[in-house]
Amino acid sequence: MSIIIHKNTKILVQGFTGKIGTFHAEEMIKYGSNIVGGVTPGKGGMTHLNLPVFNTVKEAVDQTGASTSILFVPPAFAADSAMEAADAGIKTCVAITDGIPSHDMVKIKRYMRRYSKDKKMGLVGPNCAGIISPGKSMLGIMPGHIYKEGKIGIVSRSGTLGYEAAQQLKDLDIGVSTSVGIGGDPINGSSFRDIIEKFETDDETIAVLMIGEIGGPQEVAAGQFAKENMNKPVIAYIAGLTAPKGRVMGHAGAIVSAYGESAVEKVELLKECGVTISKNPSVMGETVKQVLIDKNLN
Amino acid sequence: MDIHEYQAKKILSDFGVKIPTGGIVYSPENAENKAREIGGSKWVVKAQVHSGARGKAGGIIVCNSPLEVADATDKLLGKKLVTNQTGPEGKIINRIYIEEATDIKHELYLGLVFDRSSESIMVVASTEGGMSVEEISKEKPETIIRSKIEVAVGIQQFQAREIAFGLGIEPKLISRAANTIIGCYKAFSELDATMVEVNPLVVSQQDEIFALDCKMSFDNNAMFRRDEISELRDKTQENSNEVYASDRGMNYVSLDGNIGNIINGAGLAMASMDMIKLAGGEPANFLDVGGGATPEKIVKAFKLISMDKKVKVILINIFAGINRCDWVAEGIVQALNKIEISLPLVIRLAGTNVEKGNEILKKSKINYIEASTLEDAANKAVKALSN
Repeated sequence: MSIIIHKNTKILVQGFTGKIGTFHAEEMIKYGSNIVGGVTPGKGGMTHLNLPVFNTVKEAVDQTGASTSILFVPPAFAADSAMEAADAGIKTCVAITDGIPSHDMVKIKRYMRRYSKDKKMGLVGPNCAGIISPGKSMLGIMPGHIYKEGKIGIVSRSGTLGYEAAQQLKDLDIGVSTSVGIGGDPINGSSFRDIIEKFETDDETIAVLMIGEIGGPQEVAAGQFAKENMNKPVIAYIAGLTAPKGRVMGHAGAIVSAYGESAVEKVELLKECGVTISKNPSVMGETVKQVLIDKNLN
Repeated sequence: MDIHEYQAKKILSDFGVKIPTGGIVYSPENAENKAREIGGSKWVVKAQVHSGARGKAGGIIVCNSPLEVADATDKLLGKKLVTNQTGPEGKIINRIYIEEATDIKHELYLGLVFDRSSESIMVVASTEGGMSVEEISKEKPETIIRSKIEVAVGIQQFQAREIAFGLGIEPKLISRAANTIIGCYKAFSELDATMVEVNPLVVSQQDEIFALDCKMSFDNNAMFRRDEISELRDKTQENSNEVYASDRGMNYVSLDGNIGNIINGAGLAMASMDMIKLAGGEPANFLDVGGGATPEKIVKAFKLISMDKKVKVILINIFAGINRCDWVAEGIVQALNKIEISLPLVIRLAGTNVEKGNEILKKSKINYIEASTLEDAANKAVKALSN
């Protein structure tokens, strides 16, 4: 098993008929993802990429049995679409959209509190690369071919740094069970902790590589969770050693504003939690390899 | 996006928060007239720059006559104010705010931010106004009051009252103080702010509650629906290269080093900067051209980097996904045909079609140093500095 998505996971594309939605839907189909249709309000009844288009997510779920969606809707309408997905019974929604206002993210998270734990949608992103379970399904915008099938779980805020890690692992002949991009925004749907918890219970994952950066309390919260609840080793790299305080580094969430949010402080706090630190971004793959050797996990 | 004190105060006053009488001026003559118009016998002349700690830097001057107000304005206008937040280059003073002086009884701190752990809006208050919140949390942490606000229903009267009582406000002033706190919350939640800080919030000798200074920041991602806030942007307060970049959809932060960076993706950009530092160099900038790294973006990025005179070496690090290295390489070649760059250039491509990409670069006439990994790229960039 991989986490979140599997070979047969039925996927809807929200913002299906737009340029970006179309492009990535085609890439996902090529990869082998089971895309069953899409939603664009007002274009219901059309056929796009040989798949049905629906006006509402509810209708799409009723007709296709989809459990999962990927969202390419523009920032101004993205929050509305995510809430629509939650309400229609979608289990996992990956929001690719970059530029959703923070106040809207808070609103989505508040909206989702109405569902009981077993009915609540898992939101991943926004401003993320999405999810891939190599060889099974791709629910994202990453280049699928750089991921080798295997047993390492990757979770990353950054898209390209996640690719970098997958490539380094592949070069060392190490594969990935699932890679999840949680996105670079200050408030995101799923946290590092949410994802590593899933990796801990996944039979196919033997170790987790967490790629964090400056800003926010998430990495350290995940480290504490790992210390208390995980048997699988966690390896981490934190980007932004050289980032000045108080400046936003590209990602809206990458800003150091409190103690424990700089890269140096996060590294120290993670070490205390027993997380192995990749000392620089060029050796993420080698660090994982060394941990696998040390723990006899080959 | 940051705005000036006087703009922030105007917003607060629209939400029912009391502010001292004041006005913005652009010349000493203007200032003198404004002081007479405001009336009274004591005024405060305040340099409007996007920075806190202006008082310690000499940007706030108390005056006892309209003539003094004119002199103080003359002294400040057109100068650069260097505070502990602006960096050594300082920020230009183009606008002066003249305000009636307030007789202060108590100085308090009031701030609103997003709390990333609880994903709610957090009100932070303290009796130690006038100090920065960092100083307060270090020196007087016991005075800090925190209150999480449920965004779906907004701040309630009782929550605002609790904060006000916590600040030791006299009973007869509680409802005024609570309304001040509610006004700040509304400004935060209704205008897509990411920070509202009133420091100090004061109780005057006449028992009025005033926002004496205010800083506000807004979510850049929400500016599409906040024309009235976008209009308040003052580009003279931002680094000119950063303005150039943000106007062209690039994420750029100017830094102190001499190795210029062109990178796709914010995380990879931070990681590359880290590698430069570990290799013994200093990055001149953070620049994320976006996941796409289209040829047009590469051209713009080269233009931007070449505007920075500190830069002695340029490092390009692109991890091409969907957009393929051969295409990125074409973009780099096109860009270098358009702009002349005489600085050493280190290029590292990775990802889809990397061999093809490197081949295109080799066949072109551009003069560059090829690098294979992140580490290799950083080492070669630092080495190129000394050659």
